[in-house]
Amino acid sequence: MTAPLLVAADVRRSFGATPALDGANLSVRAGEVVAVMGPSGSGKSTLLHCAAGILLPDSGRVTYDGAELTALSDARRSALRRSEFGFVFQFGQLVPELTCLENVALPLRLAGTRRRDAARTALEWLARLGTADVAGKRPGDVSGGQGQRVAVARALVTGPRVLFADEPTGALDSYHGEQVMRLFTESARDSGAAVVLVTHEPRVAAYADREVVVRDGRSVDLERAR
Amino acid sequence: MSIGLTLLGLLESGPRHGYDLKRAYDERFGHDHPLHYGQVYSTLSRLLKGGLVQLEGVEPGAGPERKRYAITDAGVTDLDGWLGRAEKPEPYLQNTLYTKVVLALLTGRSADDILDTQRAAHLALMRTLTRRKSTGDLADQLICDHALFHLEADLRWLELTAARLAALTEEVLP
Ligand SMILES: Nc1ncnc2c1ncn2[C@@H]1O[C@H](COP(=O)(O)OP(=O)(O)OP(=O)(O)O)[C@@H](O)[C@H]1O
Ligand SMILES: [Mg+2]
Repeated sequence: MTAPLLVAADVRRSFGATPALDGANLSVRAGEVVAVMGPSGSGKSTLLHCAAGILLPDSGRVTYDGAELTALSDARRSALRRSEFGFVFQFGQLVPELTCLENVALPLRLAGTRRRDAARTALEWLARLGTADVAGKRPGDVSGGQGQRVAVARALVTGPRVLFADEPTGALDSYHGEQVMRLFTESARDSGAAVVLVTHEPRVAAYADREVVVRDGRSVDLERAR
Repeated sequence: MSIGLTLLGLLESGPRHGYDLKRAYDERFGHDHPLHYGQVYSTLSRLLKGGLVQLEGVEPGAGPERKRYAITDAGVTDLDGWLGRAEKPEPYLQNTLYTKVVLALLTGRSADDILDTQRAAHLALMRTLTRRKSTGDLADQLICDHALFHLEADLRWLELTAARLAALTEEVLP
């Protein structure tokens, strides 16, 4: 088996007096989909943000492709995030002033792709998610589920090596939720992306290769009772 | 669900008479289906023959109501095995799982472990069905989806039960 692409080991993180993570672990290999589950407030989003280098842990290590994320400068870390990672966040993520198409094209533009090429690729991704019809609308003028699918398109458009998705199907009905999960598992199988997926829906988690459960800020090994 | 194993669980805290066992069972698990005396004694004699229980301090006089039953080491081993093993994941296991969780609380075992073991078994089957869906035709997909929705309902019940364990412990333990 290949070595894990991303490892978060014994991560601790507090917000003021609230210990959100109290020794959590997560690792994912290239081509693997890992589901992160657990009760509300248990620390799933915090773990995702620490693993992705968005939040710095108080202690513990996060390594990506052998390099320690936690030791990089802020600038290097954000550059790495932009070039290697894709994100679907749990809350408000599309730029309200841009159209849906411009939102999806944005990561490509930031990476230096020409406007016309970026727009063409972005439209292909919107179509893949069945949302080509909202391309010209602003995020405020589309439904919650449409907005979520636009965010998924934006996360996948650059072909990231690691995709972080926090409740990416929370606003979707079963049919569209499956569509999103198919695209995630396809990008893992076809382009070897690693996918970290936070979800509270067992049917969504069943698309993953394995699951990590977070309780009270700690990851639980479900096999321990065997 | 196995009445024999449930009786073993109730015996673990100490020897009991048959009628006492029936009362304890009905109170905890009998809700709509209390045990018949005949059922209790036939189950106990089967456990006796299997060496899972033994008689203790038989009081003078004949009749089953005079006997006190105690769990043996072999009985504890069987009980341990049952409580530690996941049920074959299929819908409508609530009855068995509820019994296992209450017995764990009564006998000082980890109810969390029982729920987690079952959760892992359910999710493993759901992953298999999800993979089968991606290769099957539309009919396969619909059949798998039906099973997946039912398994998901069970898993959600497991999660809710785990969240309510503290309250359940207070209710179950005197
Ligand atoms: N920015 C923040 N400031 C203060 N406390 C925070 C912050 N973010 C998270 N927390 C706290 O940290 C704990 C873990 O939060 P987190 O968002 O990681 O939970 P979660 O598992 O993602 O929950 P949910 O399923 O509801 O999204 C909670 O107690 C939360 O209130
Ligand atoms: Mg969250």
